[in-house]
Amino acid sequence: MIEIKHVSKRFGKLEVLNDVNLEMNRGECIALIGPNGCGKTTLIKSILGMVVPNSGEILFQGKSIAKQHDYRQHIGYMPQIGRYPDNMSIGQILNMMKDIRGFQGGYDEELFRCFELEGMSNKKMRTLSGGTTQKVSATLAFLFRPEVLILDEPTAGLDPIASEWLKEKIIREKEKQKLILITSHLLSELDDLITQIIFMQDGQVRFHKPVDVLLAETGEQKIAKAIAYYLKRNTL
Amino acid sequence: MPQKYSGRRYFTNMRWILTVVMLMCGYFHLAAMTITVGKDFPIKSINRAIAMANDGDTVLVHEGLYREGNILVNKSISVIGKNKPILDGQKKFEVVTIRASHVMFDGFVVQHSGYATLEDPGGIKVYNAYAVTISNNILEDNFFGIYIHYGRKCLIKNNRIRAYGVEEQQIGNGIHCWKSDSMEIIGNVIRGHRDGIYFEFVTNSIIWRNVSESNIRYGLHFMFSNHDAYITNIFRRNGSGVAVMFTKEVNMFNNYFEDNWGDAAYGILLKEISDSYIIGNHFKENTAALYLEGANRIIIEKNEFQNNGWGMKIQASCMDNVVSGNNFIGNTFDISTNGSLVLSTFNNNYWDKYEGYDLDRNGIGDVPFHPLSLFAMIAEKNPPVMLLFRSFMVNLLDRSEKMMPSLTPENFIDEKPMMKPCIL
Amino acid sequence: MNKVIKFIVLDILKNKFVVIYTFILLILSWSVFSLENNFTKGLLSLLNIILLIVPMVAILFSTIYMYNSSEFIELLLGQPIKRKKIWMSMYIGLLISMTSAFLIGAGIPIILFAFSSVGLMMLVTGCLITIIFVSLAMLASILMRDKAKGIGLSMMIWLFFSLMFDGLVLFLLFQFSDYPIEKAMIGLSFLNPIGLSRILILLQLDVSALMGYTGAIFKDFFGTSMGVIISFLCLLCWAIIPFLISLSRFNRKDL
Repeated sequence: MIEIKHVSKRFGKLEVLNDVNLEMNRGECIALIGPNGCGKTTLIKSILGMVVPNSGEILFQGKSIAKQHDYRQHIGYMPQIGRYPDNMSIGQILNMMKDIRGFQGGYDEELFRCFELEGMSNKKMRTLSGGTTQKVSATLAFLFRPEVLILDEPTAGLDPIASEWLKEKIIREKEKQKLILITSHLLSELDDLITQIIFMQDGQVRFHKPVDVLLAETGEQKIAKAIAYYLKRNTL
Repeated sequence: MPQKYSGRRYFTNMRWILTVVMLMCGYFHLAAMTITVGKDFPIKSINRAIAMANDGDTVLVHEGLYREGNILVNKSISVIGKNKPILDGQKKFEVVTIRASHVMFDGFVVQHSGYATLEDPGGIKVYNAYAVTISNNILEDNFFGIYIHYGRKCLIKNNRIRAYGVEEQQIGNGIHCWKSDSMEIIGNVIRGHRDGIYFEFVTNSIIWRNVSESNIRYGLHFMFSNHDAYITNIFRRNGSGVAVMFTKEVNMFNNYFEDNWGDAAYGILLKEISDSYIIGNHFKENTAALYLEGANRIIIEKNEFQNNGWGMKIQASCMDNVVSGNNFIGNTFDISTNGSLVLSTFNNNYWDKYEGYDLDRNGIGDVPFHPLSLFAMIAEKNPPVMLLFRSFMVNLLDRSEKMMPSLTPENFIDEKPMMKPCIL
Repeated sequence: MNKVIKFIVLDILKNKFVVIYTFILLILSWSVFSLENNFTKGLLSLLNIILLIVPMVAILFSTIYMYNSSEFIELLLGQPIKRKKIWMSMYIGLLISMTSAFLIGAGIPIILFAFSSVGLMMLVTGCLITIIFVSLAMLASILMRDKAKGIGLSMMIWLFFSLMFDGLVLFLLFQFSDYPIEKAMIGLSFLNPIGLSRILILLQLDVSALMGYTGAIFKDFFGTSMGVIISFLCLLCWAIIPFLISLSRFNRKDL
């Protein structure tokens, strides 16, 4: 569904993405992991068209996304730190997004209800805690029933209950044969969600493997341990 | 009649009486004699009527169009138009020529005089005459309007003079007086000539209640004309305003100078003038309201200078003028000068740019006013600087100069500025 | 796009600053007319407000707003909206709110007290100045990633056009006073939108002086309707070109 071909990106002298090649398909739930500054967020932003690669191309459903914008209606994006206009309330943000998208066909307001945002819809964005802001971001990502979900650190800052709600939601969406791309540091949280792992380091993709293959290779039960094992082996 | 009184005894007396009566009859006969001209009357030509008339007769001209080339009035008669008959010069002739004294010429439309020949043809031209009255005429599209050459005690009253000049060289003046004395120019309206009213070597004359506007050069042009007065006239939208030059003892009272705009347009341009009075005039929206060059001993009092580019431009060649009790309101620059020498005095004027205070409440500001701004001086020397006029930077410059005058002449000062506009 | 503009305008209006700006303008211009017994003096004070305060507020507020809206822009970028549309919506949203603040704040007193050719010219050029400095603000905010630097750049732009440029012109005028530089001066005056607006207003206000013997510049160029049209076109260029540069930069920008 999304193909990334030889994508490189430099910020000044810093090489953030170095010849990245990836293929992501429907029904997959992919964890994009790697140390800080490895290029995860840049990769995500490249897919979203926020960052324009220096070379290479990104295909969405077989079409290049360069200078396109319509493909984004199929993507739900939950940023790492959701930043919203201070003066708007939750309700207004949601209404505005609905208004801008002009989406036909029933909003997915499941998370909106689960997170009990209804009662807070008059609260201004600047008064919200980080967690509540994340709830809004998550709600927005799922609101338009997108076929691709890109979630940047989705559970960071969420309380355990909300985190649980979100995970369940992700699983349900995965079952609908959607493509889900998650970045996270907290690998333990991803165990029961993900089917594939992309590990990035220094702007390059170290590996891209299905979880079961990885576990089998390393002989570990937990993804976190498997990765740690893999890392040790690689660096040594 | 004489036979009735014939008698030897009275013969001598009767002869004498007879002579008197005959003379009286003759006189009355002459006075009552009116020759009527018109297309419905036996006499159809004005020139023929004048030829038939004797001194003191009246030629009454009925309405109609008369194309008789030049009409020459060489007798002391009254030529009076009824219902504005039209005298047309067909752009070839001087329309009316008056070469006799005691002529009255009234009530005509005089149009299309010859143009631009050496003789300066006019609508109505008077040569060497005394006590000529030209009144209630309409002059349209003539080279000169009314031209007085060596006139004395002539009255030019209530005429409307209109021309359509485009260039200075191709049009004459509205009312042109040359080497004349004791003229009265009253209540005329003059438009579109070169100069509205032109005086050269004219003395002891008065110009009163005229409107002179939209003329190509000056509304009023004075040269070498001493002891004259012009009072309550309106000079508006003339190419260069009013010029008074090489003259002394002129009184300018209560005139209106308005909307004279242009590179060299002035409300009044004074050049080599002395011992004159400029009192109670209104200067409104002129490029420069009052320009003085070589002007000496002039009293400028109780005038209003409003919304002009420059209120007064007083050149360093002026001496001993007194400027007092005037109102300067809304002018871009109140005063400018071309040097550092100031030999005229300013006092008790109202300046709307004055920002002083009056602690003793006597109506006179407690700190003197410097009417000359630094920027006005700079602009005088370097005109393109006007591009920066009223910019923040120039305001700063002007402010600092007002606080610590260093470049503007120090004695250019009104010691007693008024707090409120003077009542004029 | 209209929806985005609507949200931006509403967002700016909710920001009390613009409302305060409107009120301050209103009070300033109102008092300028009611305190000065002299109509012309009132207009002159208003001229200073329009030439100094309006561009300053326009550029500073817009720059700050642009930086504060980076979240909003980011949010929109994730949506199926063209980048061009987002940036244009920001521009149009800002200029709608800033010009309406100006039109209410300065326009009402002008219409009430000074409804004349000068007043109308002030309104038109004031709006243009607002738009021009919004446009410059967008350029400044895209040139500088850092907010403090961006605001500094905006301040410099404002200071340059309202003060330093005129100083430069004055200097040149004196240096070259012996040469026929009037035509060059016209060209030079096109480089400063504030100066050009000032000249356009002065042509209505101090027409008697400007039509004076400095005529060569004013009468033959700015005094003609052709000159006025060219000046307005130039101001429009000032309003559009910085924005277009910022737009092309935004299209290539990584967020």
